[in-house]
Amino acid sequence: MAAKKSTKTAKPVMTDLKGQTLITLRTLKEKNPASLATYEKLGGYQQLKRLITDKVKAIDVINQVKVSGLRGRGGAGFPTGLKWSFMPRYFDGTKYLVCNTDEGEPGTFKDRDIIRYNPHQLIEGMAIAAYTLGAEVGYNYIHGEIWAEYEIFESALAEAREAGYIGKNLFGSNVNFDLYAVHGYGAYICGEETALIESIEGKKGQPRFKPPFPASYGVFGKPTNVNNTESYTSIPWILQHGGQAFADVGVAASGGSKLFSVSGHVEKPGNYEVNMGMPFTELLAMAGGVWKGRKLKAVIPGGPSTAVMHAEAILEATMDYNGLGKAGSSLGAGSMIVMDETTCMVKALKRLSYFFYEESCGQCTPCREGTGWVYRVIKRITDGEGKMEDLDLLADVSNNISGRTICALGDAAATPVLSFIKHFRPEFEYYIQHGKSMVDGK
Amino acid sequence: MLSKESIEKIEYELTKYPEDQRRAAVMSALRIVQTEKGWLSPESISDVAQYLGIPEIAALEVATFYNMYDLEPVGEHKITICTNISCMLRNSDEIVEHLQKKLGVGFNEVTKDGKFCLKEGECMGACGGAPLMSVNNTKMHEFLTVEKVDEILKELE
Repeated sequence: MAAKKSTKTAKPVMTDLKGQTLITLRTLKEKNPASLATYEKLGGYQQLKRLITDKVKAIDVINQVKVSGLRGRGGAGFPTGLKWSFMPRYFDGTKYLVCNTDEGEPGTFKDRDIIRYNPHQLIEGMAIAAYTLGAEVGYNYIHGEIWAEYEIFESALAEAREAGYIGKNLFGSNVNFDLYAVHGYGAYICGEETALIESIEGKKGQPRFKPPFPASYGVFGKPTNVNNTESYTSIPWILQHGGQAFADVGVAASGGSKLFSVSGHVEKPGNYEVNMGMPFTELLAMAGGVWKGRKLKAVIPGGPSTAVMHAEAILEATMDYNGLGKAGSSLGAGSMIVMDETTCMVKALKRLSYFFYEESCGQCTPCREGTGWVYRVIKRITDGEGKMEDLDLLADVSNNISGRTICALGDAAATPVLSFIKHFRPEFEYYIQHGKSMVDGK
Repeated sequence: MLSKESIEKIEYELTKYPEDQRRAAVMSALRIVQTEKGWLSPESISDVAQYLGIPEIAALEVATFYNMYDLEPVGEHKITICTNISCMLRNSDEIVEHLQKKLGVGFNEVTKDGKFCLKEGECMGACGGAPLMSVNNTKMHEFLTVEKVDEILKELE
């Protein structure tokens, strides 16, 4: 059965585009943003064609990506150009290219919009990476819960295949790139690149020991490059305008634009693509400010694996790697969860702890046992049975998960516990002493 | 027994992988069979394993690891509601309460008429539209209100 050929169209985006720098979502202003015709009209697939027909050297492409300052948009922030240079140049066999669209960390929903509104730029970005790295087969692994986007991507692939942008002998050359969509089925852990590779192979999503890194031992044991959706989607723009132009859009150590997923207590939740280094206050204003005219209490700037911040700290911060680093947290995947003054931080942490407990893959003892332990202690507090020693116990258990697991999920699970208690300790103490929330009295 | 339609779809998935890597298609094969039959019975899991030529345990461990596979019947419409932080901040609790009252079931229970099953889901990666729920793993409903939930249920009746 072939994938459906007709392009599925997406509803126009609801965020106000004013003040946004549309690089990964550059088709947004168009009528049918996701269609091949729209992307071609905007110069789509011309960079891929130029590289292949002019036989541009891989090293020159990688250099442009290095100059651009593009850092991995999935959360780790590793320089993309440097990652590409790890792939072995010569390899006797198939090399693979993988795109990580398995965003499942609470508050993260940017890659979904890239697929909904600009799937062809992602395909071109992947094809350019494949040409550069000599990968002949690629997979885009899409988060299980977003079925409609999986179908949109399948139809975009069919369009690109028919137009000769992916497949065999691209533009009459000997370059081949077969790209496929793969659908996850509900496991946060598969956002970790080696768990994702296991999942592509049809296994449980349990992370692998590193090294070896995917560049030497990835999909089916072959050299594999894994990047995030937003990273690949930035590539065609970088090659069209030059690495320096992309770097200039951002600030030092944070090149380019960034898609921020804004959720929680704001008037206009949604994705906002803005210049790196934008002051938090401006971004908050774009999202309509805190809802119902309430006061800002706290923000998780990059998804729960990044430390929660007090309003005072984030109101002074800029949205880039260094800016948020200096302010005591990190950029992560740009998943900004906004909390107003009515939020009970104990209950918020309880929900996050449950998430990490539920999603631990069970492979490493500190994470498997520790996340459940943390959840049970916090639940004990919200059940009115907490003891003051529990706060030290929570810190102790968290510190013994962090750094003691195969993958970064252990650290991710510990970060919210440590940062919530550090910044909002009086709320936890109150809950323990009174058996009810300091904020909502319940 | 896998139906002809399921086999056709599984064959399409197999074209995505090298010929000696049939195991890679197990996730999509299980999804395809579940979509057709409504849930994954031990027989269905075994059928998938046999068709792909992999050990049954290899299919079973995948079916039990990923949480969108249903190893028990879920009725005609499985409603999975997200209660994670972004949805919680936008009052998913109210939606949960309404659904439970209206359907008369708790989480992981099927209504007496076999029409609905309610599940608590983890983050669906669509938090901008919170609160939200997914029906039968495929249809996402965002910006939920009590009224909107009633309309959706009415359409599904």
